[in-house]
Amino acid sequence: MAEPTIYEISSSGRTGFQFHKPDVPCAEIPAELKRDELPFPEVSEVDVIRHFTRLSQLNYAIDLGIYPLGSCTMKYNPRINEEMARLPGFAMTHPLQPLDTIQGNLALIYQLQEWLKEISGFAGVTLQPAAGAQGEFVGGLIMRAYHRSHNDLKRTKILVPDSAHGTNPATSSMSGFEVVNVPSDSRGNIDLEKLKAICDDCVAGLMLTNPNTLGLFEEHLQEVIDIIHQKGGLVYGDGANFNALLGVIKPGEVGFDIMHFNLHKTFSTPHGGGGPGSGPVAVSKKLVDFLPAPIVGIIEEGNDETPPLYGFITPETSIGRMKAFYGNFGILVRAFTYIAMHGATGLRKIAENAVLNANYLKMLLGNAYNIPYNRKCMHEFVAEGFWNDAPGIHALDVAKRMMDYGVHPPTNYFPLIVKEALMIEPTETESKQEIEHFAEILKTIAQEAHHSPDLLHTAPHHTPIGRLDEVKAAKDLVLCCWIPPEE
Amino acid sequence: MFTPHTDAERNAMLTALGLHSIEELFSDVPEKYRFPELKLPDGMSEMFAREYVEGFADANASTKEFVCFLGAGAYDHYIPAAVDSILRRGEFFTAYTPYQPEISQGTLQTIFEFQSLICNLTSLEVSNASHYDGATAAAEACITAYSYFHEKRKRIILSHSIHPQYREVIKTYLCGIDGIELVIADQDDHALSDPRNVSKFINDDTALVMVQYPDFFGRIYDFSDLIQEAHQHGALVCMIVNPIALGILKTPGQMGADIAVGEGQPLGIPLSFGGPYLGFIAARKELVRKLSGRLVGETVDENGKRGYVLTLTAREQHIRREKATSNICSNEGLLALAATVYMTLLGKTGMQQVSDLCYQNAHYAASKISELRGFQVLTSQPFYHEIVVQCPLPVDHINHHLLEEGILGGYALEKVYPEMKHCMLLAFTEKTNKEVIDVLCEVLKESNHG
Amino acid sequence: MSTPKDLKFSETDEWIKVKGNSALIGITDFAQSQLSDIVYIEYELDVDDDFEKDETVATIESVKAAADIHAPVSGTILEINEALIDNPEHLNEDPYGSWLFKISIDDPSEVDALMDAETYDRFCEDRGN
Repeated sequence: MAEPTIYEISSSGRTGFQFHKPDVPCAEIPAELKRDELPFPEVSEVDVIRHFTRLSQLNYAIDLGIYPLGSCTMKYNPRINEEMARLPGFAMTHPLQPLDTIQGNLALIYQLQEWLKEISGFAGVTLQPAAGAQGEFVGGLIMRAYHRSHNDLKRTKILVPDSAHGTNPATSSMSGFEVVNVPSDSRGNIDLEKLKAICDDCVAGLMLTNPNTLGLFEEHLQEVIDIIHQKGGLVYGDGANFNALLGVIKPGEVGFDIMHFNLHKTFSTPHGGGGPGSGPVAVSKKLVDFLPAPIVGIIEEGNDETPPLYGFITPETSIGRMKAFYGNFGILVRAFTYIAMHGATGLRKIAENAVLNANYLKMLLGNAYNIPYNRKCMHEFVAEGFWNDAPGIHALDVAKRMMDYGVHPPTNYFPLIVKEALMIEPTETESKQEIEHFAEILKTIAQEAHHSPDLLHTAPHHTPIGRLDEVKAAKDLVLCCWIPPEE
Repeated sequence: MFTPHTDAERNAMLTALGLHSIEELFSDVPEKYRFPELKLPDGMSEMFAREYVEGFADANASTKEFVCFLGAGAYDHYIPAAVDSILRRGEFFTAYTPYQPEISQGTLQTIFEFQSLICNLTSLEVSNASHYDGATAAAEACITAYSYFHEKRKRIILSHSIHPQYREVIKTYLCGIDGIELVIADQDDHALSDPRNVSKFINDDTALVMVQYPDFFGRIYDFSDLIQEAHQHGALVCMIVNPIALGILKTPGQMGADIAVGEGQPLGIPLSFGGPYLGFIAARKELVRKLSGRLVGETVDENGKRGYVLTLTAREQHIRREKATSNICSNEGLLALAATVYMTLLGKTGMQQVSDLCYQNAHYAASKISELRGFQVLTSQPFYHEIVVQCPLPVDHINHHLLEEGILGGYALEKVYPEMKHCMLLAFTEKTNKEVIDVLCEVLKESNHG
Repeated sequence: MSTPKDLKFSETDEWIKVKGNSALIGITDFAQSQLSDIVYIEYELDVDDDFEKDETVATIESVKAAADIHAPVSGTILEINEALIDNPEHLNEDPYGSWLFKISIDDPSEVDALMDAETYDRFCEDRGN
């Protein structure tokens, strides 16, 4: 049976939480400003705990097994991170407290800014963006502000490779640019000739994901960057796939001008069922003054006896504020803890094992799946979820069948340049045995696709619920529920 | 540490790949830049990392030791134990966006219930699955309105008594959209003038009028007439609301507003130095296709069993790409769960109780402070749980004094409203009471003499 | 489904059926099958609005995709098929019987420049894979 909604288990008059009575004299609320009845559920604490615990059991999660969603970097979320973020010294600080009462927070933010600069090779960092997409938006607005500061108003276009994340084009248009697609070549790189043809002095910049969404390192990285720079454009790096590059290359050194990080991917902060994330943005020297305000800096140098005094700084030509206060601080604490535990050696090991796992898994699949652009991959690769000799089977069927084997399917139907794509990112936290087990499942499904296709068409069979009617959901549009009327 | 391979396993995997060293996997990386040195401290064991990170936390003063009268967009409320107990379930916090509904019903149903609670709280018909925070939700509401009118109406009017940081964020968000004319109403008047004055800026080119309720200074107004006037010009109205206040106060839906956005932090989410918080957006049904962010809808599976899916996804960035209203992808899912647990646990009576406690404490404090010589309460009646107090001395000076007595004082308004000299904004929640308010007054009195 | 011979077709998969000075506009069978289950249609223009060739005149959403509908020729809106708002699935069921707009045509030579049924069929086949 389906879990009822919390509204359906409501019982008039029941309470789950008791507050004290006011101990101050009573002030009347003006009648014309009182709300009508609050139609909230009325349940007990045990009702609440059981309801949400039962709901949790309908979820798949990293804590239950491999979660190989391509470009999402679903790695294990260390428990120490959670404890650190909940320390009262962090969790119970108000964002507007006097500076001298929050020096610990500011020191941590400052240190994390410095570490991210060092890891990425950039000159400045903002930790304000709440997610990768907001980081991209910051990048777009910085490009806009930079060109405007040179009175260069003709730059209206942003180049986006056809293998890019969907957020890239949406970000570009939010930032006031027109999007121009750049095609890939047969090896999964940017098509250099086409890039040269498109790139003119109306280009504000290029948004480049590297490794790209095929999991491939751009083989002409330097040339691509040079082409854009020669025309006066800026190169934006989408850091969603930065896990493969920790300690391997510093994007700032190769010539990227801007890059965002996804702390919830690369630096192990939990995905939380879709957030909160955190999307710090790093920039090269010439762009530091455009960073969103405020950033944390040292406002009074310290000495041997006294630590420095940290405070907020507004960059001179800042694009402005991106959200209230300073960013998703609780997420920053988690990422900070993670980096502190790893150090330089540990970080590089993350990238090495992530890339090793992806290549090992790709090799284990052998010929069971067609892998276009099949060359040495980085942290992920893309396979095709269809076979010419298994008509009617789609990537979706493969994905749904995987659930029957108790694992999470990969990202499917993305990137768009691969037909029936299955985008697989095992991450470094999966063991050799898990990878092998996962490969066996994929191979078994490939056989089933040929011999018992119905098993795939009707999958999943062993999940809490079957395939859902998405057309009905979109047409009938039931987006909220109410307390059922009493009988 | 969190990479399980032993050396032997790593070697076996490399051998299987026909490689001699792990470095060979990175041959596509330009040699010149390959494997740079990272100048970072050596990695620490968990035990030492804990000690190290705790050192930062210990260098702060927190609301655990101090009584907090700071508000201004983030509020010190009590968080029931049940909330974090649910948040800590790995099935919730280590899951991702529910793209595969068959194995994500827990997250999906929770979001559906969150949407329901937000609709009920605001008296509006639809709610999204969450946004980054209150400020960004307000910014997205502007884009929603602009796109609802197919970019034909250009003017967006903000009341001057909207949180200053929200106004800054809106300005940043809209700067790339050349067509929009952003008007901040009454910025030349005194900060405390009536926010309903925005009406004089409404014209037939107006897409959206935005007001805050309670406003930044704590005041509450019935905006029904303003909303009616905006509607006569064909414009939409968005109210930025405090969700706790809506436990007792007249709702945006009751006043006729088209959109309500707000900061969900007061709903069981720790202060956490400003984030992660929870933006919410609710609206009338007609606006649903222009809302930003994810939506969860009810449907059935092939056996007719009720279930939930992400719906109307064709509006979103991964499908509409450059034509999407917003680029948002990750939202604040886990915090929507926190707010859902909080709201259901409190239920109808608990929400009214906490809402009323804030109101009562603030009104008691206002009456006591107005009796103090040299101090004046500038917030006019009616107000909710924040008040502007004009002090006889600079706010920093007074706050310093309060801090010595274990009190985090109010927000210095002069920083953003230069004309509000010596003015502080004080907030009162259920965590304050008669005793601590009396102490506050006592110390305020002393600070004036000392 | 066979492609009606009395229609003309654009490269963005709209059809136009000319009757004297006015015409009907809709989306092709190929377009509806690419979109799959259509759940929503939004008209960007009102009656009496003028539009240029290739201008976006409507948006169609399915469960998995969204598409802009472009005007195959320049003209003025005479009538909007409001019935589709409540029953967008008609576009899937009967693409050549479900018109979106009735329009008047500015320049008949723009119609002549569009593809005929045979050319359009080949155009679709070429994109088939």
